[in-house]
Amino acid sequence: MERLRRYGFVAGFLAVPLVLYTVFVISPYVQAFQLALTSWNGYSSIVRYVGLDNFGRLFQDEVFWRALRNHGILLLVLPLVTILIALVFAFLLNLGGGTRGAGMKGVWGSNFYRTVFFFPQVLAVAVVGVLFQAVYRPDEDGVINGVLARFGVDPVGWLIEPDLALWSIIAVMVWQAVGFYVVLFSAGMAAIPKDYFEAAALDGANRLRLFFSITLPLLRDTVQVGWIYLGIAAFDGFALIQVLAGDKGEPDGATTILPITIYNTAFSYQKVGYASAMGVALFFLTVTFAVLTLRTTRRERVEL
Amino acid sequence: MTHPGDITRRQLLRRIGITALAAGPGAGLLAACATAGTGGEPSAAPSTSLPASADPKNPFGVDAQKPLEVVIFSGGYGDAYAKDLHEELYRKAFAGVTVKHTATQEIGTQLRPRLIGGDAPDVINNSGPKSMDLAALAAEGHLADLASLFDAPSVDDPAKKVRDTITPAVLENAKVTGKDLVLNYTVSHRALWYNAKLFAAKGWTLPATWEEFTALGETAKKEGILLFAYPGQKGPYYQFWNVLYTAAKIGGNQVIIDIDNLVDNAWNAEPMKRAVTVWADIQAKYGDKAYFGLDHTQTQIKQLQNKVLFYPVGSWIENEMAKDKPDDFEYAIAPIPEVTGSDRMPYGAIQVGVGENFVVAAKGKNPQGGLEYLRLMLSKEGARGFTEKTKNVTVVNGAAEGVDLPAGLMSAARAQDRAGRNVITEARFEGWYKELFDYGTEQINVVMAGRITPEEFCANLQKKADAVKKDDAVTKQTRSS
Repeated sequence: MERLRRYGFVAGFLAVPLVLYTVFVISPYVQAFQLALTSWNGYSSIVRYVGLDNFGRLFQDEVFWRALRNHGILLLVLPLVTILIALVFAFLLNLGGGTRGAGMKGVWGSNFYRTVFFFPQVLAVAVVGVLFQAVYRPDEDGVINGVLARFGVDPVGWLIEPDLALWSIIAVMVWQAVGFYVVLFSAGMAAIPKDYFEAAALDGANRLRLFFSITLPLLRDTVQVGWIYLGIAAFDGFALIQVLAGDKGEPDGATTILPITIYNTAFSYQKVGYASAMGVALFFLTVTFAVLTLRTTRRERVEL
Repeated sequence: MTHPGDITRRQLLRRIGITALAAGPGAGLLAACATAGTGGEPSAAPSTSLPASADPKNPFGVDAQKPLEVVIFSGGYGDAYAKDLHEELYRKAFAGVTVKHTATQEIGTQLRPRLIGGDAPDVINNSGPKSMDLAALAAEGHLADLASLFDAPSVDDPAKKVRDTITPAVLENAKVTGKDLVLNYTVSHRALWYNAKLFAAKGWTLPATWEEFTALGETAKKEGILLFAYPGQKGPYYQFWNVLYTAAKIGGNQVIIDIDNLVDNAWNAEPMKRAVTVWADIQAKYGDKAYFGLDHTQTQIKQLQNKVLFYPVGSWIENEMAKDKPDDFEYAIAPIPEVTGSDRMPYGAIQVGVGENFVVAAKGKNPQGGLEYLRLMLSKEGARGFTEKTKNVTVVNGAAEGVDLPAGLMSAARAQDRAGRNVITEARFEGWYKELFDYGTEQINVVMAGRITPEEFCANLQKKADAVKKDDAVTKQTRSS
């Protein structure tokens, strides 16, 4: 009776979210796996099973591989650059001012910078997209090209040169993400006891030494979380690329990514079965990434 | 007909706001729920054919008790023509009837689940970037047969059948997998568009040959004007159309018909290669690569500022830009100049096509009402009102008479008169094989930017066309003319 009451209480809380989650998250995933084995076109009442044909086709699909390559680049560059920049900023904001009075201080005006860094995070992705369309505009009316024109430099096609487009988009993603990770790492740094820094500073450690010998090791868990978040973000990017580059990952598919390919395949070309197969592939890619990252970065916790 | 004018930036944003939610591993699979509950039994899928009765006032036997639901794509034409005009006509014809009006930019996203779920609206304006695959809908028997509409007495003259009051191209284009299932409502004229007032002020004449075209390019260059530009963002298919129409001018409509029929090596035909080559050449010599990164609105504004001479588009451009058009700008249509000197079609040939799809749901609650609604749209009153509201001409013969048409439309009408029988056909694979068309719109930017040669462009498209031909998931369609 006692147990029933206790579990009943817990179950009462869990029931509604669990049902919602099952209906709106789990069941579409399961259905995606089922549809991946069909050639369903989105309209037909007859769903024909084609086994693993869709997956076989994936391996020969040029667009799929191009999308994978772009995900690979995103996966390497986005987390690395964002975390590096965010760490530097967070360090400067929290500890960069050195010891002043009791404990460590950030650089002068750090509260102001903190707010400024966070601004991009507040903007909706679509707004960021439209904003950067103006920034990257390939003629003299563009923000960057307008400045370049003053120095007599010819306009640069930031988003229309196949070699440049993906990097331009990564720059926007980094710009937008940094603020959040500055806040995340700041919180991590605030949790590090001040005595460590004071002790080290007394021993004559400079700021660089403080960062690498104290801050970074003690922030390891936070950085790892950030890495996984950013890795998953690298598998998305749908809205930003759709607004900035175009709905087919222009130019020449240089910015195409799986979500865009899936969306077009399912809704423009009516190949829901094949698109589901891509979705399943994306699912496994994301899971593999998360598991790998957690495994390789796992180690003994530092006891504070 | 989908053209970039259908989407404003705000609408695009809204679309992205919505689609972004569905992105990720489960992307788009929300729609998949719709499969649940469908049995494996192959359903016989006859398209419903409704007999037309002799009563000219109500040939389909509409029940005034039954409500009618109309879904309109609110793009370049807006939806006021339906709400304030066609639906009013229907209400007037059947006193006390209720008409439900829905306007959306998301035709497919909104209606696909409803059709599959058996809750179809009666009249659907299947248009815009998210329009539905009509062949797939037809295969499931979702579309009502419009033959009885075309054979019904016309509203204005009961002695005449509807089919005798409209442009014959409507009947040709009504066919989906062999049946009359779709009504194209508007007529558009596509070629190059320019500012007639600028030409008059400068004393320039329209180039009739390619030499005159490039010579004008040199002259314009000295004045700081580009001879030609198309929007590389969102609207590269304007240039894809332009190249296809140029190929048809060089080699006759058979070039496009072969491409539509997925004939082997249709893309590698000499006229096609020639058309791509001359336009890539124009882009290299007289174009500006910045336009690869501008969208249709930005490009059209540049033309309004007299920075671009010729722009490949259709007659809707005038209404689309009406708000921004300065007084010293007057839209006019220019035929594609003679390319080889022995083009199959003489100078003056332009593309005249029908567009803006309307279908009636066969499995809806009121298909009779749907057919009657289309019949009212095809009345003189319905058609003239549409022209007044949207400044675009309909397929109804003589309905625009007496309407004060803007200069651009008048120029298009005169150009059509001059073209006579030399009308360039539309490329129907745009609707039939969207994957091939989309690939073409992507590749046209690549070849125009000079990153691949015209031969490679043709070879790439041929490869894609062959892949579509082999893909049995894609319903094949053919045309003879």
